[in-house]
This record gives sequence, structure tokens and C-alpha cells, in this order.
Amino acid sequence: MTPMIDPKTLLPAQVQDNSASGLDAAKHKDKKDLVFVNLGPSHPATHGCLRALCALDGETIVAAVTEMGYLHRGFEKDAEVHTFQQVIPYTDRLNYVSAIMNNVGYCKAVEKMLGITIPDRAMVLRVITCELNRIIDHLVCAGANLVDLGALTNFWYAFNAREKVYDILEKLCGARLTSSYTRIGGLSRDTYPAFADEVKAVLKDIRKSVAEITKLVSKNRIFVDRTQGVCVISKEKAVSYGWTGPTLRACGVEYDLRKAEPYYHYEDFKFEVPVGTHGDTYDRIFVRLYEIEESAGIIEQALRKLPKGPVMTDDKRVALPPKQQTYGNIEGLMNHFKIIMHGICPDPGEVYDYTEAANGELGFYIVADGGKNPYRVKCRPPCFMNYAAFHEMIEGGMIADAIANLGSINIIAGELDR
Amino acid sequence: MKVVQRPGMKGPEKIYVVEVLKGLWLTFSHVFYNLFHPEKLPTVFFPEEKKALPPATRGRHRLMKREDDSPRCTACMLCATACPAECIHIQAAESPDPNIEKFPEKFDIDMLRCVYCGFCVEACPLDAIRMDIPEVTVAGYTRDSLVYHKEFLMDHDNKDVVADYNPPRPVLWTHGPHAKP
Repeated sequence: MTPMIDPKTLLPAQVQDNSASGLDAAKHKDKKDLVFVNLGPSHPATHGCLRALCALDGETIVAAVTEMGYLHRGFEKDAEVHTFQQVIPYTDRLNYVSAIMNNVGYCKAVEKMLGITIPDRAMVLRVITCELNRIIDHLVCAGANLVDLGALTNFWYAFNAREKVYDILEKLCGARLTSSYTRIGGLSRDTYPAFADEVKAVLKDIRKSVAEITKLVSKNRIFVDRTQGVCVISKEKAVSYGWTGPTLRACGVEYDLRKAEPYYHYEDFKFEVPVGTHGDTYDRIFVRLYEIEESAGIIEQALRKLPKGPVMTDDKRVALPPKQQTYGNIEGLMNHFKIIMHGICPDPGEVYDYTEAANGELGFYIVADGGKNPYRVKCRPPCFMNYAAFHEMIEGGMIADAIANLGSINIIAGELDR
Repeated sequence: MKVVQRPGMKGPEKIYVVEVLKGLWLTFSHVFYNLFHPEKLPTVFFPEEKKALPPATRGRHRLMKREDDSPRCTACMLCATACPAECIHIQAAESPDPNIEKFPEKFDIDMLRCVYCGFCVEACPLDAIRMDIPEVTVAGYTRDSLVYHKEFLMDHDNKDVVADYNPPRPVLWTHGPHAKP
């Protein structure tokens, strides 16, 4: 018989010897009183396979240890045995709530490596689709988080609008969730004729649903009492953990890569960066709801200035020739074969590139050795850093608040474990 | 910079019931709206009702045919090379037609591996493979039933499901006995 692992040994040393400075050491002197409970890995409230082993005193979490890796699929290793183009469908499955943002992040990194500038129309369309994805990501996060707090109605209002965005993305990309919309050097296809009108119509629905959610919860006593001042993290702590994105901004740090390091002409768009003041669950939810409004504004501006032209670069190293040329002449056919059989081969070197994804800085570090496959791809998912601070945020709080907090930092397991 | 506001609760708002009644008013306005406008419900009664898939949808694969019902595919292996999931298996053989070099003796697509990325369609230099059949609910009782063979993939009338799926191919291509100017 294998001996049972004593869960106490997994906890931080301070709890084991009861001399923790941050904990009420006197109260937890007798560690026999503590009850050990696993939050997850398989539990509907954890929104994915995440595990947090909690030591409980009554309903209060005295100490917690988090564990991850339950959804590890080896994205980085897979990328090493696939060509640069073939990695694109794999990036869909990182943060599957906003797939296009991962496509864009990856392709932008490879384009930086190759020194390719994509056409203006492709840039603006990438901005529009990214902001649409940011909106649906925030709607899912806010909606699901409110479900954790017992407010189910908001979820439907958020998802009705999200469904309409998915309808647009389906017409645009050919798939709802696994979009694979970008290609290295541009986009897989151009928009359809009614695209602009449909996006404008859906923005109206989104604004309506956000207004309804705000109306339902912002003065609701239960919601306010359960979120304000709960699971607070300080500015300094958040920065030291490497937080980015809406969760960092909720702590009061005005850091948005779209402002700090503008890409795709983000400096030309007028938008505000919403920041919180307390760094609690309330701020994290409302920073997201405010950002939806800002993203909607960016989309409207982008639709106004959407230029005409191709959506794919004409760089022969990366772009497949138009089908007429593949069908019609030998040069086109050879180019077509060359790109697919031999792949895109960047010069040996390394690159790190980052975009502001829905959860924060999504970075790709790519090393090329001159071959058609990347030598190494490292993905920097924003969730990873958020989840690293999770145990510290929930210690001293109640179990129910830990669940609400988990929703507010928006852990997407596909991105966390890669 | 835009700071998140905390409106706070004042006077009667502190009493839970008042805000809840306001919230219920909003919810019930939705209920009654939906009751009198059932056509605007966002819910689809799947599978009795199905949403029409847009033409851009990457649906089920099919292999296009020449005029004499032989496969248009010449087993050049570009789709199998481009596939990130490695789900296409082709076995080439010498064509009995002297004007055509090779043809796929076997052409299997393993739908259990396919990720519906559409790279095979983009890679095909002959417009021989398309993903235009609007079916996305692939299901089967055995694993073998989900490996689609050449015969199944070619079991269609060769008509366009989606108009202008790919630009038209030059007539010159179908040379020899297949050519029908």
C-alpha cells in the first residue's frame, strides 16, 4: 500500500510551523484544527482545470497552494515540429475565448522576425477583429464572474451580445471559435460586403448589454458587499508578480501596451485606459466593462478609416501567389510549391514581440535556426502571472470570495498551461 | 485615464429590496419582450432548427472531380504537407491515362485529427479539395467510420456549393481526352 501524502507537507513552511507573519499565528497554533480542501482541479467553479489546495479554518482560507498543468498540451513543443505557418491553428487554442488575438500576436512576432510590414488594410482589420475579440473576452469574463457571485441573468445578457459577435466572426473567418484568421504577412481573407454595417449593429447591442449589466449590479447590495475590498492586491505586488492587462490596471497602474508601445497605429485612435483604485474584485470587473466601451469606440474609428487595398503582403517569401497565378503560370506555381514544401525560413536569430491581448501582455519569443520550423517558441501568457499571485490574494479570505476572485482574474486554462 | 467609479449606495439603495426590485423590473421587461416577440429570441432550437451556415464556413471536405468522374487530384502531396494535424494520407499511383502522371490511389482524411484550419484548401494548386459542404456536426459510432476515404469524399455531384469558391481554372488544364472546350 502506498503511503498517503500528508497534505500539510505541501503547504508553505510558515503554515507548517505556524509562525507565519501574515497569518494569525496564535489563532492557528493547533494545526489539527485546519481542514484541507482541494479547490479543483475538476470543479465547475474553477472555469478550467486548476487546483488550489487550501487550508481552512472554518470558511476562512488560512493558506493556499496553487497547482497548474492539468491542461498542458505541449504547445511550445508542438511548435518546434511544425512549420511557421502551421503553428497558427495551434495558437487558436491558447486563449480560446479570444482566438484572433493569439493569431495576431504570433503572426506579428514572425513578421517582426522577417522584417515584413503588412498592408494598412490588414492592420486596421486586425485592430477591428482584435477589439471585437477583446469585447467578447471581457463579456465572458464579467458574465461568468457574476455567475460565480450568483447573478445568472447578467450572463445571458452578456452572451446574447457575444453570440452576435461570433456570427460576424464566422462569416469573416469561416469558423466561430478556432478562427485561424491571420496568416504570416496579412490575413487569410478580406471582409464580406455587409461587414461594417453588421459590426456597427452589434456594437449597439453590446453597449446595451453592458448598460444592463451595470444597472443590475452596480448598486446591488449583495454584489457590492461581496466584491468591494475583497481579494485586494496592491500596485507594488501586482507589478512584482509581472501582472499586465486589465487586472493590473484595476490596481491603479495605467499600463496598456496599446498606449505604452503602440502597434498597428493604435496611437492614432482616441481611447482612454480605464484604471481602478482599490485593486479588488469590483475594480477588476468594472475595468473590463469600461474597456468594452473603449474597444467599441476604437472599432468605430477603425471602420471609418478602413483603407482599401490588399489584405496580404506581396512579399514572395511568405505570401502564396493569387490562385490565378498558381493556376495560370509556372512562376506562380513554383512559388506556391516552394512556400508550402520548403516553408518560410527566417534567418537565424531570435525575436520577442508582444501585443495587448484581452488578459494582458501576450508575448511570443521565437528562435529561428534558418529552417522551416521554429527552433523554439516560448509563449508568455498573461494568465500565468495572474495565477501565480492567486494564492496570496485568497489567503485570509473566504472560500466563496476565492471563487469570485478566480473569475475576476480571468484564468483561461488553455493559455495558462499551453 | 478613466477611473472606475464607485457610485456607492445612498439612502433607500442600502436596503437590498429596493435595488432588487429595480433589477427585477429590468429582467421582467426582457421576459415580456421575449414573450411577445418570439421571433427575436436569440435561442435556436437545435437540432430541430439549424442556423444557416455562412458561405465562408470551413465545413466538410470533398474531392472535386473531372468531367469523367476521375479525381482532379494529382497526388502532389501539398495538402498533406500543409496540414498541421497530419490528418491527410495519400497513396499515389501511376495514372492509366497517358496525359496524367499520377492520381491518388488512396486519399484518406482522418476527421478525428482534423482541426478545420482550411490549410489544405489553400495549399491545393488544382482546386481539387474544398471544404464547402455545410456540415459541422461530424459524428460516428466507430473510429474507422470517421476516417473518410476517397470514395466518400468524391460522393457528390461536383456542382458548386459556394459560388466563386476559387477563381475559375483555365480550360487548358484539362487537356487531352478530358478537355471540353
